[in-house]
Amino acid sequence: MRAAMNTKRNLVTAALVAPAAAWLTVFLVLPFIAMLVFAFGERAPEGGYQVAFTFAQFANLPTRAAAFWNTLLLAPTGALLCLIVAYPVAYYLAVKANPRYRLILVSLVVVPFWTSLLVRTYAWMYILGSRGIPNLLSMIGIEDVRMLNTPGAVLLGIVYGYLPLMIMPIYVSLERLDRRLLEASADLGAKPVSTFFGVTLPLSLPGVMTGVALVTILLLGEYLIPQLLGGGKVFFIGNALVDLFLQSRNWPFGSAIAVTLVAVVVVVLMVAMRIAWRVAGTRQVDLV
Amino acid sequence: MTKWYRDNAPITADRLADELMRLKRGSVTRRHFLGVTGLGLATAVLARQPGLFNSTAFAEELGTQMSIATWPNYHDPATFEAFTAATGVAVEVNVFGSNEEMLAKLQAGGTGWDLFVPTNYTISTYVKLGLIDELDMAKLPKYDASTENPRFTNEGIVDGKTYAVPKNWGTTGIAVNSSKIKTPVASWKDFFEVAMTEADGRTMVHDYQLTTIGNALVSLGFSFNSVKPEELAKAEELLIKVKPHLYAINSDYQPAMRATDAWMTMCWTNDGAQLNRDMPEIKFVLGKDGGEIWSDFYAIPNSAANKAAGYALLNYLMAPENAVKEHIANGAPTTDSRVMKLLPAEVTSNKIVYPDEAALTPLEFGAAVTLTDPGRAELMARFKAA
Repeated sequence: MRAAMNTKRNLVTAALVAPAAAWLTVFLVLPFIAMLVFAFGERAPEGGYQVAFTFAQFANLPTRAAAFWNTLLLAPTGALLCLIVAYPVAYYLAVKANPRYRLILVSLVVVPFWTSLLVRTYAWMYILGSRGIPNLLSMIGIEDVRMLNTPGAVLLGIVYGYLPLMIMPIYVSLERLDRRLLEASADLGAKPVSTFFGVTLPLSLPGVMTGVALVTILLLGEYLIPQLLGGGKVFFIGNALVDLFLQSRNWPFGSAIAVTLVAVVVVVLMVAMRIAWRVAGTRQVDLV
Repeated sequence: MTKWYRDNAPITADRLADELMRLKRGSVTRRHFLGVTGLGLATAVLARQPGLFNSTAFAEELGTQMSIATWPNYHDPATFEAFTAATGVAVEVNVFGSNEEMLAKLQAGGTGWDLFVPTNYTISTYVKLGLIDELDMAKLPKYDASTENPRFTNEGIVDGKTYAVPKNWGTTGIAVNSSKIKTPVASWKDFFEVAMTEADGRTMVHDYQLTTIGNALVSLGFSFNSVKPEELAKAEELLIKVKPHLYAINSDYQPAMRATDAWMTMCWTNDGAQLNRDMPEIKFVLGKDGGEIWSDFYAIPNSAANKAAGYALLNYLMAPENAVKEHIANGAPTTDSRVMKLLPAEVTSNKIVYPDEAALTPLEFGAAVTLTDPGRAELMARFKAA
C-alpha cells in the first residue's frame, strides 16, 4: 500500500518535472556539452571547428581581456545605476502610493515590456541622435552636443532597459514589509530617516540583492544595447562572441569565451546569493 | 534581424501615418493604401503560409515561398513584388553586413536561403567548402555570358564551371558631406587624417575586416589585401589611433549620413549614388591611393530548400528589362551590356556609378585569403575592443 503510494507520487513528480527537464537537456545541457568540446578544439582553416585537443583557446583568452574588463565594469555599474533609480520608485509604489491606484501604477512599470527591447532601443537611437535631444539643445544655444554612440548612451540604454527588472523584486520585498515595525520604530522615537535606514532598507535587502543579481547576470551577456547605442565602438564580451561566431568563424575560441563567461556568471551568482542570504539572515535574527 | 527589420520595412513609420490619414480622409482608395504600405503584400504573404490559412498552393513546382540573403538598400522592392505577382512565390529578404557573416551562417547550416549575393573574393571559398553548386545554365535562359564584362564575371567561374553570375560591380570609396567638411578628401590617407581633425567624432568605418583594414593598409601605401604581419601591425596602429575619433564602426552608414550625425564614411558605390541622389552635398570619391573594386554575384546554396524558386528568381533578375530597374534603384553599375543599353543617360553619365577608367586603375579586387586569414580577423577584434 505504502509502496504503491510512493510509486504514484514518484510518477507525478516525474510528470511534473519531465517537460522542463527535457527542454533544458535539449536546449541547455547538450549545447553546453557541444560548446565544451568545441572549446578544446581548433579553428578549421576556412573557419568553423576541427577536432583537436588543445588548451590554446583558453591560453588566447587574454586577447579579449578588454572585452571582459568592459563587461565586468559595466555589469555592476549598470546594476547600481538601476538600483539608484529603481529604489525610490519601488518605495513609492509599495509604501506611499494610494492602494487604490497601486495596481495601475505597478502595471505601468511593466507596460514597456509589451514592446520589444529592440524597438525601444531603436527609439533611443533617434532620441539621442542629432535630430533628437541635441537638436532641442541647439535651439537654446547649446551647440554640438553628441549623445549617441557614447558610453553614456550605452549606460542610459541599459538603465532604461533593465529598470523594471530591478523595480519589481524591490517592490515585492517592500510590499511584504510589516507596517507595524515602522509604527513600532516611530513609537520608540526614531525619526523617519532612521526608521528607513534601520528598518525599511534592511528588510528590503533580499529584494535589492535579487534585483542586483538579476540585472548583473543579464548584463554580463548584453550585446544589443552596446551595438546600437555605442555605435559598435563599445565592445563587451557579448559583442566579442558575436564577432567570433559571425565574422571570424572561430567557433573554438568563441566556445572557450562562452564557457568562461558562464563560469564567471556562476561565480558572481554564488557570491551575490551568499551575501544576500547572510545579510537577510542576520537582519532577521536582529529583529526577532 | 535588427537591420533586417529596418531595411525591409516596406514603408517608414512617418509615411505609414501619412497614408493612413489620407485613407481616413478618403483621398486615397483602400487599394492604394494596402499597396503603398505593403500591408496588402503582407496579407498576401501570410495568406500563403501553409497551414496558417488553408489556401490551395498554386504554382506547385515553384512552391509559395523563397528566401534571399543580400545587402542593405540593394534591391528595388518592386522587383520582388513583381516576381511574386508573376509566379505566386513570396520572397523573404534577409540583409547582412559582411560576407563573413553570410559565410558563417551557411557554414552553420539551416539558413533556408534559396539565393544569395556573395562578393567576388568569397566564391572560391564557398566552392572549396562545398557550400554552393555549379549553376545549371539551362535554367537561366535569360543570362547571356557573351554580353557580360569578363573583368567582373571571372571570379564566378571556378575550374571552368560557373558557380555564380554577376549582379553588379562597384567600388569602395569615401562619402563626404561637403557642406560640413571643407578639407579636400581625395585619398584614404586624407580620409584618416580628416577623421582625426575636421571630421572628429563624425566619421564612420565599416564593421568589416576587408574594407576597414584594407583601406587603412592603402592609406599607408600597402596593398588592400595584405596579410603580412608587419604591414597589418602598422594598419592596426593607425586604426587604434583613429578609433577615439570615430562616430561609429558600422556597415549600415546611410541613416547616420542622412541624419548628418556622420559627415564622412567608407562607402560602397550604390550607397554613394543613393546618398548623392537625395543629398547632393554628399560627394562620393575614390581614393587616388587605391581601395577596392568588387563585383557581387548571385549564387544558389546547395542547402537551398526551394532551388526551383531560386533559379526562377535568378532568371527573372537576369532579364535585362528587370535588371535595369534594379540598377536604377540601387545605383550600382551593371556588368551586362544589354542592361547598359537600356539605362537612361543620366545613370550612365553619372561619374559615381561609372567613373573614368583612370580612377579605377589603382583599385584592387579583394583577395580570397582575406576572408579566412585569422590575422585580419583578430586585428579587427582588437580594433573594436580597444
